[in-house]
Amino acid sequence: MAFATAQSPGAIGRGMAYALLHRRKLAPYLYVAPSVSLFFLLMLYPMVAVFRYSLLDGAILKPSPKFVWFDNFLQIFSDPVFVQAIGHTLYFSIMSVIFHIIVGLSFALMLNSDRIARPLQSILRVLYILPWLFTAVIIAIIWRLILDPNGVINAILMALHIVDFKVEWFSSSRTAIHALTFVNIWAGYPLYMVTLLAGLQGIPRDLYEAASIDGAGPVRQLLHVTLPQLKPIIVSIALLDFIWTMQVFPLVWMTTGGGPIHATEMMSIYTYKAAFSRFQFSIASASAVVLFIISMSMTYFYIKHQKAVR
Amino acid sequence: MATVSRFERRSRLVTLLLYCGLAAGLVFACFPIVWMFFTSLKSNTEIFALPPRILPKVFTFEAYASIFSDTAKLRFFLNSYLVAGVVTLLTVVVALLAAYAFSRYEFRLKKPFNLLVISTQTVPPITLLIPYFGMVVAFGIFDTYYALILTYMVFTLPYAILLMTGYLNTLPKDLDEAVLVDGGTSWTALWRVIVPLSVPGIVATAVYTFLLAWNEFLFALTLTKSMDMRTVPIGISLLMGQHAFEWNEMMAMSVLGSLPLLILYLIAQRYFLVGMTAGSMKG
Repeated sequence: MAFATAQSPGAIGRGMAYALLHRRKLAPYLYVAPSVSLFFLLMLYPMVAVFRYSLLDGAILKPSPKFVWFDNFLQIFSDPVFVQAIGHTLYFSIMSVIFHIIVGLSFALMLNSDRIARPLQSILRVLYILPWLFTAVIIAIIWRLILDPNGVINAILMALHIVDFKVEWFSSSRTAIHALTFVNIWAGYPLYMVTLLAGLQGIPRDLYEAASIDGAGPVRQLLHVTLPQLKPIIVSIALLDFIWTMQVFPLVWMTTGGGPIHATEMMSIYTYKAAFSRFQFSIASASAVVLFIISMSMTYFYIKHQKAVR
Repeated sequence: MATVSRFERRSRLVTLLLYCGLAAGLVFACFPIVWMFFTSLKSNTEIFALPPRILPKVFTFEAYASIFSDTAKLRFFLNSYLVAGVVTLLTVVVALLAAYAFSRYEFRLKKPFNLLVISTQTVPPITLLIPYFGMVVAFGIFDTYYALILTYMVFTLPYAILLMTGYLNTLPKDLDEAVLVDGGTSWTALWRVIVPLSVPGIVATAVYTFLLAWNEFLFALTLTKSMDMRTVPIGISLLMGQHAFEWNEMMAMSVLGSLPLLILYLIAQRYFLVGMTAGSMKG
């Protein structure tokens, strides 16, 4: 569109202009061709395949699998482990998102305060972001070391007489899901902190001045100026974070593996075990499709929200 | 007078509380990382010593020495660098082309394609994994670098395209239009004018792509099998299973496995943050 106006008629002849126009219609498609082909190969085709598998009996394994409609879905929804996995996934994701917001926002507000010197603020920001740089597997083993029954956290808690025995954080079915959620909160808050810090710096100063002229103290300024201004950003990241957290795999796989028994079974873990430990690809596909549908319905809200914000 | 001093006192208290909060935050954020680092320098007998000590009694590099003398472990690093490097290169080029079309042209399929890019960001990897497994076997690339390089593109490309499009949109259109008016093609405009001006955008995209590829776990776990093809995250997880609990060595592996990202982060902090916030800011 912009190019059409740029062609000064004197410089380019009619035929040339026509050729250019023609090429202009084709050109964008040539530029997106590599990405589009990759998306067809790596997204659309696999999605069709996994939907098809979920409706078959013995997909991948049998030479001519039978079409069984929604039998696989009926089967997983009557499996208590799968239903529990949905519950764990929701608990884990919702708690993670809530605490990510709380921790991320607190850190951002503290760092944004005028009371600390700029250089200190920069250094602290670098240090506060660090957890985000670590691979899930490494996060998992760091915390397995720290939360080991003989590890440093238990040693500290016992020295302070907060607990009086060696808590098996990851291998007791009472604590495992909470320990896992805690680790995920640790690993994920920096995203919020960085985004909210950028958001805080974008809030116009005069809003605060106006509020303080109206006699609003710091708390009311936070509630009536800062939070409403940050709300669109918070909603965006929270939705994305919720979607990604629901899909969690490596962290759980490397700490509890879904155990003890099924205490931390998540939808992705259930799917993985069905496919690659038991080779029930049809069952796994059905469970993968359920996770996909939940993710995509959340994505719908995310995209709608993004459009509304712009 | 009295009110001023009360105000002053309250202000000091707030500052004190703020510093306490910042200190607590620092312990929360960094204690596990510090613990990892110093554990990698302890001997294995000292790891669960009571009372726990952050610093080792005796500093030892034995964990690092044993990694550097084991070619199987070094191979994990080679694989990770290779796969992440190639994925980064391919992603940047493919994304740049797509971003150029998005930023400079109006075309009929622009909206649907944009929607496809955005929603691909949120497709669960586990959902794609099952068909990928079949595809990779069918293509005869199971347990090769190709399997990882190809499948990683599905989650690196959406970010890269969004990031690059955002960057290209900040460059004035007159620049490439000048090339067109002079009789050049859009291809020349892209490589001669746009690319040289896009270096910051390209660096941000590359850094973030590298991070995503370096950290990938699920596909690498499932689409490779032999020890020769394993990447660092899988290597660490396998070592965890085998020589259970040579903690110093596990922590040394973790330090080495985090080093590339830490170094990238420290030298290219600004670019890192661009990629990090891209998902939630743009769309």
